[in-house]
Amino acid sequence: MEELSNRKLLDGENIISPTQGETGVDIYISTSSAGGGLQMMVGGVVKSMTGESAQRAALGAGAIVMDVLASNDGRMYHEKVQRIRQLRPDMILLSGGIDGGTVTHVVELAEILEAANPKPRLGMNYKLPVIYAGNKNAREPIKERLGKITDLITVDNIRPTLEEENLQPSRDKIHDLFMEHVMAQAPGYKKLMNWTDAPIMPTPGAVGEIIKKIADAENISVVGVDIGGATTDVFSVFQRQFNRTVSANLGMSYSVCNVLAESGFDNVARWVPFDMDETELTNRIGNKMIRPTTIPQSLEALIIEQAIAREALRLSFEQHKEFAVQLKGVQTERTISDAFEQTSSGETLVNLMELDMLVGSGGVLSHAPRRHQAGRMLIDAFLPEGITQLAVDSIFMMPQLGILSTIHPAAAVEVFEKDCLIRLGTCIAPVGKAKSDQIMLHYEITLPEGVISGELKFGELKLIPAPFESLKAKLTPGKGLDVGAGKNELLETNIYGGVVGIILDGRGRQPFHLEDNTENRVSQLKEWSEETGEYPRLENLNV
Amino acid sequence: MSRSYTPGLKILARTKIIKKRRLPMKGNVQLKVGDIVKSDQIVASTELPGNVQMLNVANKLNIEPENVPECMLVELDETISKGQIIAESKGIFGMFKSQLKSPIDGTLANVSEITGQAILSGPPIPVEVDAYTSGIITEVEDEEGVTIETEGVLAQGILGIGGENRGILKVVTSSRNDELTIEMINESHKGMILLGGSFMNLDTFNHAKEIGVVGIVSGGFDYPDLSKILGYSLGVAITGSEKIGTSLIITEGFGRIGMAERTYALLSSNEGKFASINGSTQIRAGVIRPEILIPDELSNGECIEFKEADLAISDGSLIRVIRAPYFGRVGTVKSLPPELKKMESETMVRVAEIEFEDGTFEIIPRANLEMILT
Repeated sequence: MEELSNRKLLDGENIISPTQGETGVDIYISTSSAGGGLQMMVGGVVKSMTGESAQRAALGAGAIVMDVLASNDGRMYHEKVQRIRQLRPDMILLSGGIDGGTVTHVVELAEILEAANPKPRLGMNYKLPVIYAGNKNAREPIKERLGKITDLITVDNIRPTLEEENLQPSRDKIHDLFMEHVMAQAPGYKKLMNWTDAPIMPTPGAVGEIIKKIADAENISVVGVDIGGATTDVFSVFQRQFNRTVSANLGMSYSVCNVLAESGFDNVARWVPFDMDETELTNRIGNKMIRPTTIPQSLEALIIEQAIAREALRLSFEQHKEFAVQLKGVQTERTISDAFEQTSSGETLVNLMELDMLVGSGGVLSHAPRRHQAGRMLIDAFLPEGITQLAVDSIFMMPQLGILSTIHPAAAVEVFEKDCLIRLGTCIAPVGKAKSDQIMLHYEITLPEGVISGELKFGELKLIPAPFESLKAKLTPGKGLDVGAGKNELLETNIYGGVVGIILDGRGRQPFHLEDNTENRVSQLKEWSEETGEYPRLENLNV
Repeated sequence: MSRSYTPGLKILARTKIIKKRRLPMKGNVQLKVGDIVKSDQIVASTELPGNVQMLNVANKLNIEPENVPECMLVELDETISKGQIIAESKGIFGMFKSQLKSPIDGTLANVSEITGQAILSGPPIPVEVDAYTSGIITEVEDEEGVTIETEGVLAQGILGIGGENRGILKVVTSSRNDELTIEMINESHKGMILLGGSFMNLDTFNHAKEIGVVGIVSGGFDYPDLSKILGYSLGVAITGSEKIGTSLIITEGFGRIGMAERTYALLSSNEGKFASINGSTQIRAGVIRPEILIPDELSNGECIEFKEADLAISDGSLIRVIRAPYFGRVGTVKSLPPELKKMESETMVRVAEIEFEDGTFEIIPRANLEMILT
């Protein structure tokens, strides 16, 4: 770091802070994913209500949720006890009941915990931290049951009323306990604590912070995804509501075989422009799992890896859409017009037409040999609708910026915009049922060198190279389609290019169309690759 | 001279083997530092809490939850037996009483006046940890476990399934490149650990399991066959808790691939010796590789410790490629150019120039090479 910044940072083994003229740093911050990250179990009375709220609180704080315990989860008491004993989480968040409501069910959950007498994952000599964030009237009986055998901490109810979710007190307490208990078991922790000027946060929790800040600062809807070797995290802000999910076993190396198992061979193969033998493919993917640090040398290996990435991203996003929902169990007053819209409580918040920016992170996206490949993986996996900006995190700076945003939000947002993000460009995808040979879009885009206009046909993918600057666009969707202003409505707006440019996607949304016939599909994939500059020389590929 | 570190497995003819044997929760450690143990000797034991059963007393006796404690006929922590009457309602004027019998043997662990539940706990479940390998106790962690040290052979594989087992090591293929086939396994192999070669199919594994072979070491295996043994696709390489009876260690990877010469030679030279095998694998933070140990504290050879530096490749190193398109091929490092090179995939990587055994040359990413220790 000293060499790179040309600045003296260390005095012996100590970091010089605050700055002294040309030496030292203003602050030193750190995140941690030590010991496989923070692993939690959560509990709630009704699985889809307080159970889900507790899960949201834990995930938002950066934890992996190992299991959700609920009165109505369909398991017998002894099965729940067995499960708690088996899992050995780092901490438990127990919620249940609205304030003033019935206490019986949440006390019953506490009794199950008491019977299980859970032990923490790390260290035999301390009590398992349990956060109680349920009905305030049940605090006393909960204390009687769990006070002695666990390190019980009570915070405000996570769901004080049916209509209200109050996640922050639980999230803050999770962060405190993460520092005090979980991190305290990690070697070198005390030393690191002495160096840092802000509390150490779980790495994914910090990524969530910066995503929230960006959505807030620009008043936009954002989806962020971080695809790693073992897990894939998806973050979203829609209607100012933040959600995070962790797909614990969808990753590109340690859990790559699970991606194949969950998506199925056909779903991976549909992105590969050549024929593959199933045993050969599964053996190859298995070898990637057991030797996770290897690199795709051949183009064929790269294509297979990026096909798997599309499926890992797609599956993670599916899980996210199911979880990022409006509060369930809320009584809403409905008018006649609402009845026609068929909306109800528990609807997903994820609205791809509303999505303004999609940010990708993780080796397979950030280090793809061509940025065009990252763009294509994001589009194929997330299927953004209407107009969506695409970007990747250049060097996985988001966690650090997340912590920085808790101390200096303006600086964090500025670095995020200028150094962290690599703007790929914009995807424009008309939505609606289309017929083959139908015109999907008429476009007119004002580029620095002049106006470019044309038509996009069904099944086409077009790339228009364009820089990252505000460009005027006139977009007329095809008959029955919507590009953002409504069905058949002209949209005049400003869009941005990037290192890839503007990708016009005429492959349809709702439904998205990919040929079933292998020969046609392979030729389609080759065409799209050629058009978007995705892979070199596919016609010469020797497989 | 340029050097580069590669991942590698420990294949050591004589090394110090240190095994920590821990209880899942606190209990008793029966031994002291300096004690000599055999591989099947119990070194620590504990009792896990018994299985619990919740009994909704309020519902069963048709009473209010707050009245449950006064209706219980047994005290907390009192031993109860199956069929014993443990609760009785007051009835009306002492008549029409309802009674509740215990469905299990165990103890009364708790009674709740809020939920009306009684928690019954079954008898504690004993857990014992054995030594796994013979050796000497060098450390005792009070109530938690022991550390055992010994000397001998240690060979790691790349992936395994099934937990710990022990038996006599038997070589059944005539070379490291031979497939281990069903005809090679017979009744005399019951209780043994078999050393195969390049490959083994599912039928062979199932046959060995039927006979009672306790462990098999093979160079390669097919991923779909592994899924069939487990009953599910192995999505994440964390194994060891499967109850399959026969531990399986794959030394090289999925597919048909000759066992590394050093592994095959070392294990076959120890044929007939008593070995411990453990298929447990964890490929992520805190990597655990499957292993076969052959303790031999009596012979007086010099211990050779595993050194990370041994895994540094330099000009002339013997290597094996661990990823397609040259997966499994063996060659010699001719040079390690310092600059990044563009691969066919257009990935920019650090590379090595390799001369294969047939005299051809290829440029391979260093990350795709494995050192062959000789």
